[in-house]
Amino acid sequence: MHIHRYEKIWLTFGISALVLFLIVLGFTAFAQGHTPAGGLQTIDPKLVDQTPPFDNPGVKKVDENRYEVNLVAQVFSFKPNKVQVPVGKEIVFNVTTKDVVHSFTIVGTNVNMMLIPGYINTAKYTFDKPGKYLVLCNEYCGAGHQLMQMEIEVIEG
Amino acid sequence: MKAERISSRDIPISLSHIYIGFTAVFLGAIFGILQGLVRGGIITLPSWISYYEILTAHGVLLALVFTTYFIFGYFYAGNSRTMGPMTPSERKIGWVGFWTMTLGTAMAAAMILTGQASVLYTFYLPLKASPIFYIGLALFVVGSWIEGAAMFMQYFRWRKEHPGEKTPLFGFMVTATNILWIIATIGVAITVLFQMIPLSLGWIQTVNVELSRTFFWYFGHPLVYFWLLPAYMIWYVNVPKLIGGKIFSDSLARLAFLLFIVFSMPVGFHHQLTEPGVQEGWKFLQVILTFMVVIPSLMTAFALFATFEQAGQAKGAKGIFGWVKVLPWGDVRFLAAFLAMLFFIPGGIGGLINASYQLDSMVHNTLWVVGHFHITVGTPVGMTFFAATYWLLPYLTGRKLTPFMNRMGILQTIFWSVGMLIMSIAMHTLGLEGAPRRTAFTTYNNNPVAQQWFEGFFGNYATLAVGGTILFIGAMLMIYNVIHLSFFAPKSEEEEFPLGEENEEAMVTPRFLENWKLWITVSVVLILVAYTIPVVDLIVNSAPESIGYKTW
Repeated sequence: MHIHRYEKIWLTFGISALVLFLIVLGFTAFAQGHTPAGGLQTIDPKLVDQTPPFDNPGVKKVDENRYEVNLVAQVFSFKPNKVQVPVGKEIVFNVTTKDVVHSFTIVGTNVNMMLIPGYINTAKYTFDKPGKYLVLCNEYCGAGHQLMQMEIEVIEG
Repeated sequence: MKAERISSRDIPISLSHIYIGFTAVFLGAIFGILQGLVRGGIITLPSWISYYEILTAHGVLLALVFTTYFIFGYFYAGNSRTMGPMTPSERKIGWVGFWTMTLGTAMAAAMILTGQASVLYTFYLPLKASPIFYIGLALFVVGSWIEGAAMFMQYFRWRKEHPGEKTPLFGFMVTATNILWIIATIGVAITVLFQMIPLSLGWIQTVNVELSRTFFWYFGHPLVYFWLLPAYMIWYVNVPKLIGGKIFSDSLARLAFLLFIVFSMPVGFHHQLTEPGVQEGWKFLQVILTFMVVIPSLMTAFALFATFEQAGQAKGAKGIFGWVKVLPWGDVRFLAAFLAMLFFIPGGIGGLINASYQLDSMVHNTLWVVGHFHITVGTPVGMTFFAATYWLLPYLTGRKLTPFMNRMGILQTIFWSVGMLIMSIAMHTLGLEGAPRRTAFTTYNNNPVAQQWFEGFFGNYATLAVGGTILFIGAMLMIYNVIHLSFFAPKSEEEEFPLGEENEEAMVTPRFLENWKLWITVSVVLILVAYTIPVVDLIVNSAPESIGYKTW
């Protein structure tokens, strides 16, 4: 099939840029570990309140450099709705939902995960500045969706 | 000069679709401006109507009803113009499809407007709307398949009656778009028929939510190509004639459409990047496949600008950009389509950002996505359909696009473009600052971060509302223009259905491009590769299922 010479140049340029771009994405994802939130661990949405660690949600120190924050989302709130974590430590957020689909989004960071009933979603983040962070639900969950929020206070550790 | 007419019996089916489409624009735009004003804190809705009700109505009416009806109306007219009238049985099947779709639309709309289906146009489980809403959606999809069947019959009859001849480009593109639509809607049909309807009727008590989302997004992304391909048809087939140019290459246009079928289907996971339940590797594979649509997009961009340049040079333009000056900027039918194309450049770049694996975490479900949607579907698609309406409607009604109407059209195009520009800049900026989408007015208890979204110039909900208001005026002007062109413009048979001819220098179209079995097979194989293992995994290792909820 005949393709115009200029179009060949244009497509070669475009496809090369595409390949390069995908290599960059793949490298940062799988060699450097920059992957979006996710997880395969399941949980019965009806039994969230009885299932550890969500029977006692909140902040847990794993070791010197690592903290775990376990949270439950439900219409139209997070449980607990305020946590304190230290600055400069790796924070692992494990979040699940008791009812409909919600999200857990820390404004101003790249922690942004969908909460799907039946699954625990996980994201890691290290806060490098102390302060108060707004967490909101960015997936429509019903009439009070706009009220659904919590606060993370990052303190000098 | 008298333009070539189509059979008068094919006109009503085309016009019926177009009128329902613009009724949806009228209602959808009213809901749209209300949303913008509520979100900006400028008005408060009365207690009997909820923000999420109008949000659902806005999305369904504009993104689903307007697009689908306009597309089919345009298809019937173009098919009849390029392949001759439908047979009575083809036409009858088309009408059956139309009424099935319309019954479905009316059922779904009634449930939305009475607050029994405030589930947004993505209707994610386990939100549970009225069964009538889901049955309406099912009828809408089935009706669209019946209409597709009528168009397939017409196309394959033409092929049989013209052995060895190249099919008209228009008919080829209609067939490609309908194939894409049917393969895509199988996904949404599965979740609606086997999960949503049984749950809402109480036949089953629980559903697998992540499986439903996977079926939904298997459909949800090709859906945007179902909207976009008819706009591409207007750009590829109709615009060259309007500017006195030629179609750059018939075979490359066909190849681009086939690549869209192949590469727009197995990509749904890029909408689910921040979700649990799907392994990283499968998400990344679908990110790669998503990016493949860059290739037909670049081909299209090249072909369109090559057409413009060649048309300009044929009119004696000199130099690299001389052609810009001689294009018919004063003709709304060209101007609106051209501006729509320009919007697609940032729209496409935004799409690459959204699908970029890690970058999605920054923008997922923020207002950025809404901004992206409005400069891809709302402008390149919507405004191109408006551009086509300025010749399609007079062509079908036998009236004239007078200089006055042309000026009204240009005014409408300016309102639409300026409104969209202001609104989408505000939406993209607010999204980057973390403002969520699909959320009623809130300051999150006067949280300082959220209050910033009401300050500043670009990233401000008030700016968004200003853009939305200008856009609303553009929509109402369009409604005026549609009514005028339908009932009040002077009678004339001069308006044509512009059909571009192929450039003489372009090469013969190879036969394999029209081997549908080949392309459907390639597409199915890619879908199976991209989906089989993760879907089987979601079924076999199913997470505990969820009951339905009505949370509004």
